[in-house]
Amino acid sequence: MTFAAKSLAALALSALLAPAPPLGAAEIWVTNEKDDTISVIDIATLEVVRTIATGERPRGITFSKDFSRVYVCASDSDTVQVLDAATGKILHDLPSGEDPEQFVLHPNDRHLYIANEDDAVTTVVDTETRKVVAQINVGIEPEGMAVSPDGRIAITTSETTNMAHWIDTQTQQLFANTLVDARPRHAEFTAGGSALWVSSEIGGTITVFDTATQAETGKITFDVKGVHPDRVQPVGFAFTEDEQTAFVALGPSNHVAVVNAETLEVEDYILVGRRVWHIAFSPDKSLLFTTNGVSGDVTVIDTAKRQALKSIKVGRFPWGAALRP
Amino acid sequence: MRFLITLLMALCPAAFATAAGIEVPVIYLKQQEQQPPTLSNLDPQPADLGETGARLGLADNRTTGSFLGHSYSLETVAVPPGGDFAAAARAALARSALLILDAPKPALLAAAALPEAQEALLFNTASPDTGLRSGDCRRNLLHTLPSDLMRSDALMQFALSKRWTGLALITGKNPQDQAFAGALRQSAAKFGLEIAAERTWDYGADMRRNAAQEVPLMSQGLGRHDLLLVADELQDFARYLPYNTWLPRPVAGSEGLVPAAWAPVVEQWGAAQLQSRFQELAGRKMLARDYAAWAAVRSIGEAVTRTGSADAGVLRRYLLSDAFELAGFKGRPLSYRSWNGQLRQPIPLATPRALAAQAPLPGFLHQHSELDTLGLDAPESRCGAFQ
Repeated sequence: MTFAAKSLAALALSALLAPAPPLGAAEIWVTNEKDDTISVIDIATLEVVRTIATGERPRGITFSKDFSRVYVCASDSDTVQVLDAATGKILHDLPSGEDPEQFVLHPNDRHLYIANEDDAVTTVVDTETRKVVAQINVGIEPEGMAVSPDGRIAITTSETTNMAHWIDTQTQQLFANTLVDARPRHAEFTAGGSALWVSSEIGGTITVFDTATQAETGKITFDVKGVHPDRVQPVGFAFTEDEQTAFVALGPSNHVAVVNAETLEVEDYILVGRRVWHIAFSPDKSLLFTTNGVSGDVTVIDTAKRQALKSIKVGRFPWGAALRP
Repeated sequence: MRFLITLLMALCPAAFATAAGIEVPVIYLKQQEQQPPTLSNLDPQPADLGETGARLGLADNRTTGSFLGHSYSLETVAVPPGGDFAAAARAALARSALLILDAPKPALLAAAALPEAQEALLFNTASPDTGLRSGDCRRNLLHTLPSDLMRSDALMQFALSKRWTGLALITGKNPQDQAFAGALRQSAAKFGLEIAAERTWDYGADMRRNAAQEVPLMSQGLGRHDLLLVADELQDFARYLPYNTWLPRPVAGSEGLVPAAWAPVVEQWGAAQLQSRFQELAGRKMLARDYAAWAAVRSIGEAVTRTGSADAGVLRRYLLSDAFELAGFKGRPLSYRSWNGQLRQPIPLATPRALAAQAPLPGFLHQHSELDTLGLDAPESRCGAFQ
């Protein structure tokens, strides 16, 4: 069986096994950094069904909790844009501080914590009043953003300072700064918020912290066969529903790693497109979508089989990905 | 106040865990030189070349330091042309054991030889002399600027990957031109390419026409070649070669496609952020020697951050260990070669408007690090001071 035929068969199978998509099927929204657009992928057909114009250099993307609005970091327009998720129309801009790259929406559905890459600042914006609530000085080139499930802690990672900065969301002040390996890119809380993972692109590792003590409890390293360790650069990652498994995008090594979240061992590597950056799951997490910056496409991964199913052409330099169920 | 600090420490142990109040003074010691005249005045060498790169590194270090209780400072000392560099280095060493040296080879060797410098950590950010990474190496002297040979290897990898195997070379008369030409010859031999014809640019008093008119005639005699190399490190005449050659041939080396530690057109790998921070600070573009000085100061910062020490010996050991990694905006971690103290780094191959490629190029393999296909690898370097 050819690869294409195999993919089709796998696709047909996964279509059979997956619960029927609801009316107005689920979508993956992908920001195209060098096209100033969002490509909207229909999860049922795995096709791009809409292309939406944005401000300049769209990167971070996230939905409001009810998925009616989508927030987009338009980095070179120095703003966060708010779009109507149904129509794709730009509703208004939010004051974001200079060069917003990535952000995270607080569980209160109101506060956006925004990393201002050129400014060494994290900006907190109230999406309802459209006012800046606080600006917090962090390290140079802040990028990775996370918020704990209980909403008490926000994290900013800074690429050149090589730290995770821990923000108390009550006071909007830093309460800890922890070193990680070179060029931290992404952060996520896991295990019910009791652990924090931070990926380091140039260091080639993920550092695991205990949230309560901010102490380092583990480190994940990667070894892709036939790829020099220097090119194995972890960036975006996401956990399965049970938080037992993490999928980690490994940048220019063109692979996604499958990590056992308990043992911190890598179980599999999946070949995807070139310079894989961020990832997003389908609603039931049976499919994973990766943004491949250099090849300008999105790879669809069957998470059960741990195999790539399909590549979907999107715009130039796809960066962020977010699910609209 | 004390109560407040205690309270803060109790509340956030990790934030203060390594806050030991370390002072890290760094001195930037610069040998001022009279620049010889060049045919064009379009691109004078910036007066703050290198130094502003160090200042940007300082700003980066200070931000990290502010979270750890480490405080960095940078003092610049300029030695006038013909001044006593070694004496200035001795005076500087009395204040700090961490020196950035922006000086030519003889001055570097004089500083490194001082008794006061033996336990110090010196960084060469200005001399590309390959000998300093070989038989003339010093154990207290690290190099963040790539050697001539790293640059020429990068260019020859590119030429070979393009199958441009026939080469010709035009060389200026300055010692720097001769040194770079020597490196080009050595690299051509290393990668199995042939420099079939050579000319020296020697049109001093005899030149009756302008450079653009001399070039066709001169290059006519070079015979068949795919790529015209030029060694003109002081940027005197090479700018007049492209489009004026007898045969339509690309130009590379000191002009055209230039291999260098850094170029204003590098924008991938987060480099755009470094470029814009530099532009904001300096009001001009970041050049190779700015990058080398930035990398030296950042190396110090990274080593202080990771070791929690400002002791030159501790820092040197850490910098030369496998643990050290510098994120240098060139797509992969930078580290120091343990055999000669050279910062291992990719070499951008840039035109004035774009990055054409970055060495090491795909296919040039090495048993440890592909970056060691550029410049003197351990078996080739005659440096014994690091053993």
